Amino acid sequence: MRSFRAGYYIREGLSSIFTHGFMSFASVFIVVACLIIMGSFSLLAVNVNKIIGDFEDENVILAYIHESYSVEDARALAGAIDAVPNVRSARFVTREEAFNSFLSGVEDKSRFEDIDATVLRHRFTVYVDDIAFIERTQEDLLNIPGVARVTANLLIARALVTTRNIVSGVSTVIVAVLLIISLFIMMNTVKLATFERRDEIAIMKVVGATNSFIRWPFIFEGFILGLFGSLVAFITQWGLYTAVTDALLSGGATGGGLIQAISFSQVALSLCVVFAVIGIGVGIIGSSFAIRKYLKV
Amino acid sequence: MNVVTNMVHLRDVFKTYANNTKALKGISFTLEPGEFAFLVGPSGSGKSTIIKLLIGEVAPTDGDISVAGFDVANIKPRRLPQLRRRVGVIFQDFRLIEKKTVYENVAFAMRAVGASNQQIRQRVPYVLDLVGLDMKTKAFPSELSGGEQQRVAIARALVNNPQLIIADEPTGNLDPARSLEILTLLQKINELQTTVLVVTHEKSLVDRLSRRVIAIDGGRIISDGAGGYYNYEEF
Ligand SMILES: Nc1ncnc2c1ncn2[C@@H]1O[C@H](COP(=O)(O)OP(=O)(O)OP(=O)(O)O)[C@@H](O)[C@H]1O
Ligand SMILES: [Mg+2]
Repeated sequence: MRSFRAGYYIREGLSSIFTHGFMSFASVFIVVACLIIMGSFSLLAVNVNKIIGDFEDENVILAYIHESYSVEDARALAGAIDAVPNVRSARFVTREEAFNSFLSGVEDKSRFEDIDATVLRHRFTVYVDDIAFIERTQEDLLNIPGVARVTANLLIARALVTTRNIVSGVSTVIVAVLLIISLFIMMNTVKLATFERRDEIAIMKVVGATNSFIRWPFIFEGFILGLFGSLVAFITQWGLYTAVTDALLSGGATGGGLIQAISFSQVALSLCVVFAVIGIGVGIIGSSFAIRKYLKV
Repeated sequence: MNVVTNMVHLRDVFKTYANNTKALKGISFTLEPGEFAFLVGPSGSGKSTIIKLLIGEVAPTDGDISVAGFDVANIKPRRLPQLRRRVGVIFQDFRLIEKKTVYENVAFAMRAVGASNQQIRQRVPYVLDLVGLDMKTKAFPSELSGGEQQRVAIARALVNNPQLIIADEPTGNLDPARSLEILTLLQKINELQTTVLVVTHEKSLVDRLSRRVIAIDGGRIISDGAGGYYNYEEF
């Protein structure tokens, strides 16, 4: 009895998709278009975040320790530095290590023969969690007794933060707008399907069909359209993303491999889930809304 | 709660539509189980309004209505399907689904009320045989004559074994011979203990059968009597 019912709903839902072929095509097309635009902006935002993350790793704060501190005393400041908010990690570098790494970058080492490591200070290389608060962190570090000077590249930090804010803000707005648009289109598609079948619905009501009996085939129709739309969108997005990132990489627009795009396989699963949830959600919610008014007889 | 033994009972029923049309102005009548009656009246007198009230398609402005034990005037929307499963309505315009075959049109009414495939396979051929359409089960409504479409509508009204059958102008667009055939069929159904209410304005038909006739005009009952009493020439 139960399984027979499900069979009926599925048959009716599927046949409705084919009898309203054009509208079904149109709604799938709109869902696909909206999902791809949403997906492209999300992928862009994800990539920008990743690139900024890469920069963050390089954009360190250097905290120089007062000359009067011994190696042990300087090293002991690690706890205080770690305790500063927004500090992800801090690495202690002795003046000898700093001098050696400086020398290793110099070709003509003889020019520095009469200079030794004492001209330099012990220091901490500090990595931050969020580049947006780097100025604040810089001040906090400077307030630690023993820290003599703090340097960071604020200009790059500010530029990165602004870029990230713009990209994620624009993406959020676009995703929200497209979500609403695709919901409306889906609603109208199923509304057209129900409008064409309003006589049929009226007959069902008159012979004593319950509302849920009438509703299920339409819900199933919305489900299938949404599922199909998200599937097509996913595959298209896949091809599109791969093509675009390949083109950018080979075109040298990435500064000789300094910038790496996220590979599709890394985001495939989340994208697949998000597309399916949005597509199916839009399908089901759209058709539930569309059919409501025809059931009030 | 009073015990209801009537199939249909209307008392002082008024219906004023939203546009202020006073369609019914105090209608009262009763149909006993197993009765056969005609409801006659000129166009616009309120016949279809009475049918819509009986199946809860519209609500009365005032008055009591009970059908098959349901208090229709105060029925909750979620109880409407149960009421409608007890009442088979044959509409003036048949209301068949054009995309479905004869068989499917009838089976669909059973499916809508949750019958099993097996029940459908047994019952639909029986009902189609009863109305004389056993040879046309695979035809579509557009391939049928008016009388045949009418009989599909009757089969659909019958298929869920209703206690009451209401036919709105079942002979509206049929020639006299076909009309008589349909009426004979309805009488046959009545003999199987189903209450039948036939809405019509065909005087000759009503006169031919000595049955109870409820006549209305302008939303009021003007006569109600047995024996084909029917004296309004203009209908
Ligand atoms: N939905 C509606 N809204 C407003 N007025 C209506 C509505 N339905 C019917 N009426 C009016 O109510 C009156 C009775 O209509 P009804 O359909 O009951 O007549 P009828 O006796 O069935 O006529 P006919 O023989 O032409 O079918 C008419 O004046 C009609 O215009
Ligand atoms: Mg009428």
